[in-house]
Amino acid sequence: MVYLTRKAEFAASHYYHNPEFTPEQNRALFGKCNNPNGHGHNYTLEVTVKGSVDPKSGFVVDLKQLKEVMNREVLDAMDHRFLNKEVPEFLHQIPTTENIAIAIWQRLAPKLKAAQLHRVRVYETPDLFVDFYGEA
Amino acid sequence: MKAHLTRRYLFSASHRLHTDAMPEDWNRATYGKCNNPYGHGHNYQVEVTVSGAVDRGTGMVCNLIDLDGFVRAEILERFGHHNLNTLPEFQDVVPTTENLCIRIYEILQRGFHHAHLEKVRMEETMMNSFAYAGGKEFRD
Repeated sequence: MVYLTRKAEFAASHYYHNPEFTPEQNRALFGKCNNPNGHGHNYTLEVTVKGSVDPKSGFVVDLKQLKEVMNREVLDAMDHRFLNKEVPEFLHQIPTTENIAIAIWQRLAPKLKAAQLHRVRVYETPDLFVDFYGEA
Repeated sequence: MKAHLTRRYLFSASHRLHTDAMPEDWNRATYGKCNNPYGHGHNYQVEVTVSGAVDRGTGMVCNLIDLDGFVRAEILERFGHHNLNTLPEFQDVVPTTENLCIRIYEILQRGFHHAHLEKVRMEETMMNSFAYAGGKEFRD
């Protein structure tokens, strides 16, 4: 089994707000992330897949195909977007780094054929990242 | 859905690697320049990884306000800009980054209950790092 990781970057804005909470609760829970006009991050995405090395190609996965799937499923949808308003998953769910990692996993997992998705890591800043391994 | 969240913190501290239990030449041979009597310093990086179910209401494993507050009060203020050898926990334990990493894990394990502690990883310099998960194996 060999693990392969591909990195990508996207820039997006978001804010944290739950309409079921009072304005005071939202401010207390989410602090300055609750500003309704949003704020942005340069996100770094690391997608790790695992599989055995194909004896003919020497690949775990064709990196070109992995890049295309990541571009189509993730970057086209999220790069330079206001996540709360433009990405369907976040119309009714807060775009925390946790939920972004889960959404990216759910977008990628059904599209990857040769290799198995192992981990989605999303950096919101260099000092904060979330790992999702597809665990229930 | 269970996710892992990692937050990185920085603090600076000095230390000297030395044990009174062993003779001077053993200390010099074992610790090299880290045994210099007046100590030396590092900019330490601490990565704290916690895990748990992502809360449906908040979208979070745990609120960073809680994690940051705990780490600031219990770890950064305790170790930041101190000589580690002068602290109570390092009177009988050599303040290697291995031992510091274990100590920080124990502080979090005992006091932070907003999410499950997975591991603590520390960089003493860009060239070396240490990780501790309470003695368990872990995913890197």
